[in-house]
This record gives sequence, structure tokens and C-alpha cells, in this order.
Amino acid sequence: MSATFHTIEHTADIGVEVEAAIITELYEGAALAMFSLMADISKVRHSETRHIVLEASDSVELMFRWLNELIYTSDTEGMLFSEFSVKLAMLSDGRMALEADACGEPFDEARHSPGEEIKAATYHEMDVSSLDGRWTARIIFDV
Amino acid sequence: MDGKPTGTEGLRRLSEYEWELPRDFKPGMRVPGRVFADDELMRLAAGDRALEQVANVAFLPGIVGCSLAMPDIHWGYGFPIGGVAAFDEKDGVVSPGGVGFDISCGVRLALTSLARDEVKPRLASLLADMAANIPRGLGGRGRISTPEKTLRSVFKSGAKAVIEMGYGRAEDLERIEGGGIAPGADPSKVSARAYERGHDQLGSLGSGNHFLEVQYVEKVLKPDVAEAFGLSEGQVVVMLHSGSRGVGHQICTDYLDVMDSVRRRLGMDLPDRQLSCAPLGSREASDYLAALACAANYAVGNRQALMHWTRTAFEKHFGASEQSLGMDLLFDVSHNIARMETHVVDGREATLCVHRKGATASFPAGHPSVPAKYRGIGQPVIIPGDMGTHSYVLVGREESMSLSFGSTCHGAGRVMSRSAAKKKIRGEELRARLEKEGILVMAGKPSLLAEEAPEAYKDVSRVVDVCEGAGLSTKVAMLTPMAVLKG
Repeated sequence: MSATFHTIEHTADIGVEVEAAIITELYEGAALAMFSLMADISKVRHSETRHIVLEASDSVELMFRWLNELIYTSDTEGMLFSEFSVKLAMLSDGRMALEADACGEPFDEARHSPGEEIKAATYHEMDVSSLDGRWTARIIFDV
Repeated sequence: MDGKPTGTEGLRRLSEYEWELPRDFKPGMRVPGRVFADDELMRLAAGDRALEQVANVAFLPGIVGCSLAMPDIHWGYGFPIGGVAAFDEKDGVVSPGGVGFDISCGVRLALTSLARDEVKPRLASLLADMAANIPRGLGGRGRISTPEKTLRSVFKSGAKAVIEMGYGRAEDLERIEGGGIAPGADPSKVSARAYERGHDQLGSLGSGNHFLEVQYVEKVLKPDVAEAFGLSEGQVVVMLHSGSRGVGHQICTDYLDVMDSVRRRLGMDLPDRQLSCAPLGSREASDYLAALACAANYAVGNRQALMHWTRTAFEKHFGASEQSLGMDLLFDVSHNIARMETHVVDGREATLCVHRKGATASFPAGHPSVPAKYRGIGQPVIIPGDMGTHSYVLVGREESMSLSFGSTCHGAGRVMSRSAAKKKIRGEELRARLEKEGILVMAGKPSLLAEEAPEAYKDVSRVVDVCEGAGLSTKVAMLTPMAVLKG
């Protein structure tokens, strides 16, 4: 995966900026950035896979839904994910569709060095855009 | 004006503690903004994006008076933290961005009849016991399993349902905002996903800035009110800060989706998508308010359970029942909430949807929303500070009704980002420093201590001084931490 990310300063919460060569990698990179705030994901094994299918009216809404879908799955199943494979499609009505596999394992406090408890990905200043052949995203999480 | 703090260009100073953002601060504002701050707090507010957020809130339809910010204002998402805004029921809106994901996050304070010196020798084992009793941290599951039927009753009747399960006393309800039950809750407006997230999280503290602290009353600042609240110098009290856990997070996420489609349908031009909203009276607004009340009830029920286990830890250590240890609840208040309230606007009574995002109700003596026990005195306001300095008990004040729709601050307010705090402060060093000062600290991980370090927060004493100076609330007692339990 060629996406890179770094955290950005926010007084109360935590933001990330993600950059990738192609848009699917941008969504994968955003998910990776989020889980890296939650735990040491280098220790997360890929023993289980969850399949996620979503639709949204634009790329920002898709990012909001994708990340919050992962938070919901993580919270209800006690899972951490560290590998993502995203496919995107443009639907005939102009909506966007995402289909993804998220690989990871159940959260293990002793092994995964817990980080932040992320309540949600917010819409505040959320941005998904492309410039000069690079895709970038900006996301602020409520922690 | 000469000598204005940097970043306040375009602001008009109205008085020592009041600043106006005129409508031309950002084109599109329907009303001015108003920030309660002194020079120093304004300098801090102007140092991040918080003032722009005050202006953004002023874009929302039907906003009444001003877009307000309390002295602990800082950059949030959607509303600023410390933001207060009221919307007319006829042409106003409700916005999930004005409440946040942790719906009805709040604080409660329980009294004891124990003195600081009685508790001090047993503090370490008491803290260890509270830590064992109280689920917390990332992925922390609650101790109470709530199948769907039970969850529905918690959504509907909040702390009352939790007390009926055996966690607390009936009279606790008289000391919770709204009698422990948020009106208008409709569990059918809560998604299956929120039920799923809620079924095993009742009775869990969470992480981040949530905490449980054993404190003592260091100084009584308003003796008659302190006495009526049952506070005296040297007395040990317990403060806890938690919210609605995954239930609130999911309800906010679900309804942001709903509001975003309303925004598109109505062609609303908003400066921040997190401020998406629906007109009051619409099906979407009514559904959100009904689901919000369920999350508020869950939050208060959660704090009720957490307090119960705190009481049992005290019972074990002091060999007496919590009643004989005087562990009465002083009060429980939410600081992330929207609800319909009656206020006087231009000399006439009006029903408004008041949003408080990191702000606390501060109703005066005689206000019908103040529980009967405190109606002659005013509503208790609980202000958590940081773990190294102080917290405060305040009392609501008449002037707040015309100044801030009966609102005051909610805490110290952050001044340093979490990553900056982690770079600057080492958790273990902080723990040792606090221990030297007589404050025991326990946290799931040292990095959380660094994030929540006293240096990461504004000076809470300055914040409450400005609240008092501006007329929003009156200081009653200053509390000092003895033992701190973090997520």
C-alpha cells in the first residue's frame, strides 16, 4: 500500500492527513491511520476478515460512512483491523459504492498496547480531494 | 482597540468579560457571536479555530440572540466546545453537531461524611478497589448486561431504571437534572446498531478525559450555599465524569446521516457539514430529539451504576453502609445536550431548543427545572478541572438566564493537543510528581496520563472566576483531588 499519513494538531481531538496515489488506497490508508491511533497495529494478526459494503452520495460521505462502519464493527465485535482492501465503483445514479475486506483479530489488551478510544470520525473539515495526481484526505476524530 | 490579544481582530469588546463577533466577522452569520472571556482566555480561544466555530454556528436557521461561547471555549467539531445556541421552535433547527457524539456526557458529585485524614491512610487500597470495580479503558465492557427489553427501559427511564435494578437509592433521582429521566425518549427511534453497542456497555467509564476522582473540599467560597449543598471544608467527595458510551456515538453517527440528507434536500448552505441539521417540528428533528433523550437516559443510568460501585468500594473500606458514610448524591449534570426549554426572549416567553456543547445548565433559585431540594438555592453546577489542580462546585445564577440561556462553563477546557501533551510530558514522571503532591493516579496506560496532564488544560480557577465575573454562575466550593482513576 502506498498511502502515507500523519496526525494533525487539534486542541481537543485528533486529526489525520492521508495521501495516496489512487483513491482506493486513500480509503485504505484512512482506515489504517484510524486503527493506528487505537492500538499498536503492527501487532495485529490477520486471522479474521470482515466484508463491508457501503454506498454514499459523494466521496466525503463515503469516507464518513466507511470509517464509522469500521468503528461500529470494532466496538461491537471487539476487533482491531490492520489490513484493508477497498474497491470503489461509480453507480449509474452518480452515487459511489465501496466494497472492502478488513483483516484483523480480536483486541488483546496485553499485546496490542491500547491507544485512543475513538468515538467517531466527524464531518468537521473532512476533505477528500485530488491534486496533481495525488489523493489526499483530512479527517478529524472525536476522542 | 489597543492591546487586544492576537487573533481578535474584528471582535468588539463589550465589557471586561464579554466579546462580540459582529455579523461581518464571517459573511453569512444570521446573528452576532458572543464569547465570555478575559484577556488571557480570549488569547487562548483566538489561538485555535474556536472563534470561527462560534461564527459558523451563527449561520444556522432560527438561531435566537447570539451564538455563545463559555470561558472554557476551544476548538471542537461543528460547535466549538463551550458553545451554546438556542433555536426558536417555529423556525429553528436541531443539530447533532451541537451536542456531539458523546451525548449527555456529564459529571456527578457524591458527598461523604468522611474527613480527608480518615480517607488518606486507606487511599491506595480504596483506589485499587475502585479500579477493580469499575470497567474502563478501550474496549471496556460494562458489568451490567442489558438485553433488549432492559435496554429499552434504560432508554425510556434512565437512572430510575438503573436504580430499580438495584444500583442506588430512590432518592438519588431527586438530585439528578430532570429527575434522572430525559423527557420524550422513544426507544423505537434508536437504531438496531445503537442497541447492539449499548447492550454490554452500561456501567463502564470509557477512556479519554473520563475519570473518577476522590477529592476533598479545600475551600468553601460561599458558606450559605455550601451548607445547603452539604459541603464543608476538609470533607471527602467523589466526582465522576462519563457519558453515553457507544450508544451516544452511534445515535449521533446515525442522525448525522439523516441530517446530511435533510441539508441536501433543503439546499442548506452551511460552513461545516458537521452542523447539518433539521427544522424543529420535522420528522427528522423529532426523531433525533427522541433518540437523543434515550442516549441521555443511558448516560445518566451509566453514571448511576458507576456511582453505585464507588459506594460499594467505600463500604468495603470503611466497614459501614454508604448511607451511614453520608454518600448522598449532590447532583448530576450533563454538558453535551440539546433540549426544549422555556426562555424569555424580547420580553415574551418562548420555547427554544437549547444546545449545550461542553456547557452546563446554570439555572437560578426559583427556576422550575431546578429539583425541589435545591429550588430555593439554585442549581448545583459541577465543574471538573484537571487531575493536578482543582475542580469546583458552582451555583446557577439569575443573570445567566438573560446572558446565556441559563448556561455556564463545563470544565477547564483543553489548551494543548493530545499529541503535543504526549511529546512534552512523560506519563510516569507526571504520576511521580502528582504522588509527591499527595495525589494518587491510576490509568490504563501512562500515555493517557500525559494527554490528560494539568498542563494540557487551561487554568480552571481562571475559567470559573470569569464565569462568576460575567454573571453566569457563582463559586461555592473549591475541590482538590486525592485519588484519580482514568480509563
